Amino acid sequence: MTGPRTGAVARGGFGGFVARARAAGTLVVQPRMGMADPARMREGLRAVRDARAVTVGTLTLDSYTRTGDLAAARRALADGTGLNGYPIATHSTATTRAVLGGVADGGFPVQVRHGSPAPEHIVRALLAAGLDATEGGPVSYCLPYSRTPLREAVEAWRKSCELLASAEEFGASPHLETFGGCLMGQLCPPGLLVAMSVLEALFFRQRGLRGISLSYAQQADPRQDEEALTALGRLAAEHLPDVDHHLVLYAYMGVFPATPGGARLLLEDAARLAVRAGAARLIVKTTAEAHRIPTVAENVRALETAAAAAAGEHARLAGSVRGGVRGEPVLAGSGRGGGYGGSLGTAGGAPADGRSGGLVRAGGLPAGALRVEDTGIEAEARALIGAVLDLDADIGRALVRAFAAGYLDVPYCLHPDNAGRTRTSLTPDGRLLWSDTGSLPIAAPRGPRPPILGSAGLLAALSHVRRSYDARAAAGPPTRTPLAPGRPVPLPSRTTSTPRRELGPTTP
Amino acid sequence: MEQHGETGTTGPGAVVTTGLDVVVTTVASDSHTWNLVFLQLLLEELGHRVTNLGACVPDALLVAECARLAPGLIVVSSVNGHGFPDGLRVAAALRARPELARTPLVIGGKLGIEGTGADARRRALLAAGFDGVFEEGGSPGAFPAFLRALAPGGRPPLDGAPVPVVSGARR
Ligand code: B12
Repeated sequence: MTGPRTGAVARGGFGGFVARARAAGTLVVQPRMGMADPARMREGLRAVRDARAVTVGTLTLDSYTRTGDLAAARRALADGTGLNGYPIATHSTATTRAVLGGVADGGFPVQVRHGSPAPEHIVRALLAAGLDATEGGPVSYCLPYSRTPLREAVEAWRKSCELLASAEEFGASPHLETFGGCLMGQLCPPGLLVAMSVLEALFFRQRGLRGISLSYAQQADPRQDEEALTALGRLAAEHLPDVDHHLVLYAYMGVFPATPGGARLLLEDAARLAVRAGAARLIVKTTAEAHRIPTVAENVRALETAAAAAAGEHARLAGSVRGGVRGEPVLAGSGRGGGYGGSLGTAGGAPADGRSGGLVRAGGLPAGALRVEDTGIEAEARALIGAVLDLDADIGRALVRAFAAGYLDVPYCLHPDNAGRTRTSLTPDGRLLWSDTGSLPIAAPRGPRPPILGSAGLLAALSHVRRSYDARAAAGPPTRTPLAPGRPVPLPSRTTSTPRRELGPTTP
Repeated sequence: MEQHGETGTTGPGAVVTTGLDVVVTTVASDSHTWNLVFLQLLLEELGHRVTNLGACVPDALLVAECARLAPGLIVVSSVNGHGFPDGLRVAAALRARPELARTPLVIGGKLGIEGTGADARRRALLAAGFDGVFEEGGSPGAFPAFLRALAPGGRPPLDGAPVPVVSGARR
């Protein structure tokens, strides 16, 4: 849930767990983790559960399972070729139940992460194994993940959503997360990411889901990200008043810093951003991201690093809000210029709901409470969402028509159903702008918007974040955002087993 | 380096080529495309003409497209960690077609999931029919050198153009 104003009912399962964590003042952190071997997968889940953080677990699936090539998955298991994830539709249901048994429960929900344009076999397998939480979307798991015609992906996702939603009849609490806030992982202006996330959430709702999370992936400028998350929270509350929902932030999804130090700084900034901007859950990246599939230990370290950074940010905000009065800097966003974690800005103001000077809501700020400069992200997202919804009452059909008309057009996406006429401009300080809006129903760019040109230009844009964070790591101890006076940062919580128990259901 | 394809020079007085027709592709399981966009731009800047097949290219489609286009070079890129097994399969499928049996064929990217074992993979991929294997972490100049050897008439890399991080080709 994004706060008391949504009026949604707290539920069990994945969504209920996250809602309780939020109410208790903790950011939920989650890995991207999957390995082929059931014993290692189980070990990984246990390690995530036992990490010093409030965590949910993940089964990340391998590419063969994602693309529906189950014969290749079977072959790889048979001859021991490494897989880049857990082949849930190839291992037997009994095997997956054994992986989860005594580990996954109401106090440690597990989500299946895949990336499939046609996920019915995956939804079937996860339901059979007793799980009910997964993610994706008809657009976000088609365009960046396949060459499947969008129309077919929409149809497959319709069936998959209905199948997942039907599990509610059997006492499950199905939860589905949009991947629309990530798309290609990098170089997509935030207005489109926010719009896609909301549109996929609306698609899920129309297909019967009542537990939804909306994603947004950290980009290259903290202020832009704060603004985008704020817009996403507001639009979600508006469009999904009757649905239990929360925001989930993905730590940077593009070319990752190559050094462990740079990777850690970027992850910490993601965690702080999540807390500031009202996300209830964060999906982490590890120090191995730029190089290879991470180990369990690297995942656990990433979870603990993120949890500690989130706790620190939380304490900082609690301090600055307690001390604030209306009109003074209260919920300050991050500063401009220094990139993530730069100097403290003065963009203050009372929370949008008027509870000025009140305590920061436990679990970070309510979505939408952060005062951010309005550069037009919300208006852009609204225009995109409105134009799509006007095309057809059936959101799946509307999405297909929107891509055909170029009302939705993902920059640099090669999928045949993507018009491919939009382009991005990256400012020197990391803001993502349109250099070409193609047929998007938004204003064409004003002012100089240098396009990204050539292989060198593309590589430079793709590695902007890597470069800045590796440089910051090399420059020595980070210049941390100053704390509110007199408020020490609490040590990373060593007592998360306690909140974990509190968060779990009273009966297993 | 042995020359393949119609655009190669064959001796004194041979026509200087103006670049190759190149198919840029990935393997069936791999949905990453930034690598493909990057390679397309790079190859075009070097004077080649590129057909980019996009994400998750099924073996049959790849073989059919290559048979249809009769390219002077096939560039396979994969970073999802399945590039090694998928690459072995793809090489066998391409080499089984008589008209593609000698088409220059290279692969590169991140081909395994552990970030190690590149040497063994490289040997197996070369044995399977690839003419060059360019894994991340190898010598940066290897791929441009391979291209120059293949199409001497192609333009040299633009000054300041990035060279992909790669390891050595065969020979
Ligand atoms: C962006 C990204 C994504 C985006 C991709 C969007 C898209 N459509 O392209 C999204 C989020 C969708 C995604 C999804 C997945 N991803 Co991904 N992704 C990345 C990420 C962060 C950046 C890749 C990128 O864009 N690089 C920019 C391009 C331009 O460069 P490049 O691909 O690195 O290639 C360079 C060189 O290798 C070289 N090169 C590449 N190919 C070739 C070929 C030749 C011939 C030559 C000469 C050179 C060459 O040239 C490039 C420039 O130097 C990397 C990690 C990282 N690098 O930080 C992970 C990563 C590549 N992904 C990974 C994985 C596993 C996946 C998934 C399977 C999910 C999962 N299980 O975790 C899915 C893919 C599903 C599928 N069916 O395959 C792994 C691969 C692990 C491995 N090989 O050991 C990585 C390394 C992350 C990780 N550490 O786990 N991903």
